[in-house]
Amino acid sequence: MFGLIISLLVGKTIKASTFMPVQGSQVAAQVDSLYMFLLVTSAIFCVLVIGGLIYFVLKYRRKSDDDKTAYISHNNFLEFLWSFIPFVLFMVMFGWGWHVFHQMRDFSKDSLEVHAVGQKWFWDFKYKSGKSSAGEFYVPVNTPIKLIMTSKDVLHSFFLPGMRIKQDVIPGRYTALAFTPNKEGTYQVFCTEYCGDQHSSMLAKMKVVSQEEYEQWLQEDATAGLSLVEVGQKVYEQKCAVCHNSNAERKVGPGFAGLYDSERQFADGSSAVADENYIRESILVPNAKVVNGYPPAMPSFQGQLSEDELSGLIEFIKSLK
Amino acid sequence: MASSTHNYLNHEKGLWSWLTTLDHKRIGIMYMITVLLFFAIGGAFAMLLRTELIAPGETIFGAQLYNQAMTFHGAIMVFMVIIPGIPAFIGNFILPLHIGAADVAFPRLNLLSWYCLIVGAAITFVSLIYHGSDTGWTFYTPYSIETDNGTTWVVLGAFVMGFSSILTGLNFVTTVHKLRCKGMTFFRMPLMVWGLYSTAILQILATPVLGITLLLLAAERILGVGIFDPKLGGDPVLFQHFFWFYSHPAVYIMILPAMGIISELITAFSRKTIFGYRAIAFSSIGIAAVSFFVWGHHMFVSGQSELAGVIFSLLTMLVGVPTAIKTFNWVATLYKGSIQFQSPMLYALGFLFLFTIGGVTGIMLATIGMDVHFHDTYFVVAHFHYVMVGGTLMAIMGGIYYWFPKMFGKMYNELAAQFSFLFIFIGFNVTFFPQFVLGAMGMPRRYFDYLPIYEPLNKVSTMGAYMIGFGFLIGLYVIIDGLLRGPKASDNPWKAKTLEWQTASPPPHENFLTEPEVTAGPYEYR
Repeated sequence: MFGLIISLLVGKTIKASTFMPVQGSQVAAQVDSLYMFLLVTSAIFCVLVIGGLIYFVLKYRRKSDDDKTAYISHNNFLEFLWSFIPFVLFMVMFGWGWHVFHQMRDFSKDSLEVHAVGQKWFWDFKYKSGKSSAGEFYVPVNTPIKLIMTSKDVLHSFFLPGMRIKQDVIPGRYTALAFTPNKEGTYQVFCTEYCGDQHSSMLAKMKVVSQEEYEQWLQEDATAGLSLVEVGQKVYEQKCAVCHNSNAERKVGPGFAGLYDSERQFADGSSAVADENYIRESILVPNAKVVNGYPPAMPSFQGQLSEDELSGLIEFIKSLK
Repeated sequence: MASSTHNYLNHEKGLWSWLTTLDHKRIGIMYMITVLLFFAIGGAFAMLLRTELIAPGETIFGAQLYNQAMTFHGAIMVFMVIIPGIPAFIGNFILPLHIGAADVAFPRLNLLSWYCLIVGAAITFVSLIYHGSDTGWTFYTPYSIETDNGTTWVVLGAFVMGFSSILTGLNFVTTVHKLRCKGMTFFRMPLMVWGLYSTAILQILATPVLGITLLLLAAERILGVGIFDPKLGGDPVLFQHFFWFYSHPAVYIMILPAMGIISELITAFSRKTIFGYRAIAFSSIGIAAVSFFVWGHHMFVSGQSELAGVIFSLLTMLVGVPTAIKTFNWVATLYKGSIQFQSPMLYALGFLFLFTIGGVTGIMLATIGMDVHFHDTYFVVAHFHYVMVGGTLMAIMGGIYYWFPKMFGKMYNELAAQFSFLFIFIGFNVTFFPQFVLGAMGMPRRYFDYLPIYEPLNKVSTMGAYMIGFGFLIGLYVIIDGLLRGPKASDNPWKAKTLEWQTASPPPHENFLTEPEVTAGPYEYR
């Protein structure tokens, strides 16, 4: 009944029986079996305790102010029973949980390795072929994947609900995730470790595709045949849009429309006209000049953008009137 | 009778006599006022948060304000409401009465701990001048090192408030050991005292670790010493170990005394001796002991080793056993009782209902393979609120109503109190049950904005929050109305057996006019 209401409310992306996201791997199916076991055991326990409570409370409600009650101080057999039975159940849950966790941490030697870098507030992906992408990445179906992850700034956490796995991403060291997707489709990625203002916008998509499609994607040059402004727009959407609007409205940082050629007032009282060099500096050394009224929150993009991308981005900003 | 002319409330007059009082009962009442005030502030933040979450995107404020409100809601509710709520407020008032003592062992220290809370809270609120703080109540590094200035103040505030907790704990342990009246053996103490005693041990042993951690964090922020910040050669995960080494026992600082109150309420309103006194008493100590070895269950996906995660999962399961023992004993106490549904009992039954759900979902989270999916989603938010609000807060409310006649010598409006309970209880389930589902669906916590599929359940949750808010407004009315217009209460309106009910309402300054002597257990309903 409750399940029916939920499924009506949220639609088909969620399995109505368990409320869990679509299963994307064998491990996800194992997690869901464990979940069902936990859910059913918990429900039985709740019915026993709460049912017993309601039954006693109704049956033994006060009849008169001088009711005599039974003097029952303890019963060692009962104490043993309701310690031992939960204990055994807890151990079963523990063992099963361990087993499932062990599958999650199984990094097979022939995994396809992909590097992921978290940064306020987007995800970058890098493949061994040199291919890189932001906000979206592709993996082939039925292939063990190993994500090798690190962070440029603060803690993040890489959460793939479809695979039922997550792992914190830590600056200064690598952590990893392993999974073998068995169903093609688009999967949501969340950041689940609080990382500041736009934490809830730190999303990405994982596309699980066939081997052929994956290889095709790997070959394709994302910027081929695009104009400089279009290259810039692509970079903007992947990396800048989290904090900067393409209109003039303030987000975390200033909006981009009308920025080029305008007079900028800085926190230290000086000012300058925003030309190409100013924009370049703001991207690569953002704290050199901080616009008055904004926090010095922007990270440096030094070394993350190619010369073409940088020029494209500047041209894109210039094109926004 | 002495009570009508001379009691602790009219023993001395004027604000100054309150601010310098050494009477544990007056200090308890001062804690009551501060805790209820902070609760109102923290609750107002909760209403703002839920209003922002009524729809995806920006509704009433942006991401920055949301994150600050989220931090303040958490920090206020944890450090200023539920940690001092039971031990410092209700415990202060009740503990010496429960063991037949005239006061706590160190009355001046007791007053000092109230001032520590006030000063710590004041320092925390100073941060509002410096753009507040947006780290969440957990202050995870390295974010907490590089964010706005206000964070230093919140961290220092929590540090000072920690002393309030340590000193209260120290006071209670000494009081229980040294000041029990004649005949009051350990196994004749009310179970509330066992709960407070186990809590006090945790406060003394765990809180200093938080203090040290927060000082290290402040040193890193102010002086740039590299401890947790990888840029300075530190380890951010080390902070989590330190933080949870305190903050996990801290959740038992919050729940153990609540369990004590529940034992009192269930016996008093079923007029029956507690079932399994020793089992309940020892399980309090058991929970306190095991709670020091489970902090890693907050860190299953933090990057700690697989082996560490598995060991912490196993140890966490062990906490479930004494908790289950308590729950079963309470239900068994109801068997063949004479049960009356006055508002304190409604809160006790509400506690059992909600805490059972909070407990089983806790076991789900302790199951390591399951937690990887639930970690940092709304499932955790729901579980946490089921045990902390459904558990601790329900117990505080029940405790306030139960001891209200003892504290003030007046009765409150029972019907209004039951209405208040109804709104809080139903509103609570409407707010937090859908959050279990949201968590299973994968909605991460601390999100100011969310995907459209999560919208319907968030709307339901927000409606529930408004119901809770309304319920508490009625509750506030009940308390104020009772204080102003309540009819005179008798010394023992519930016909309970523990010692506090054998003295006048409100009690005289020295608690008992003649020193009591105890000859039997605390729940001798025969």
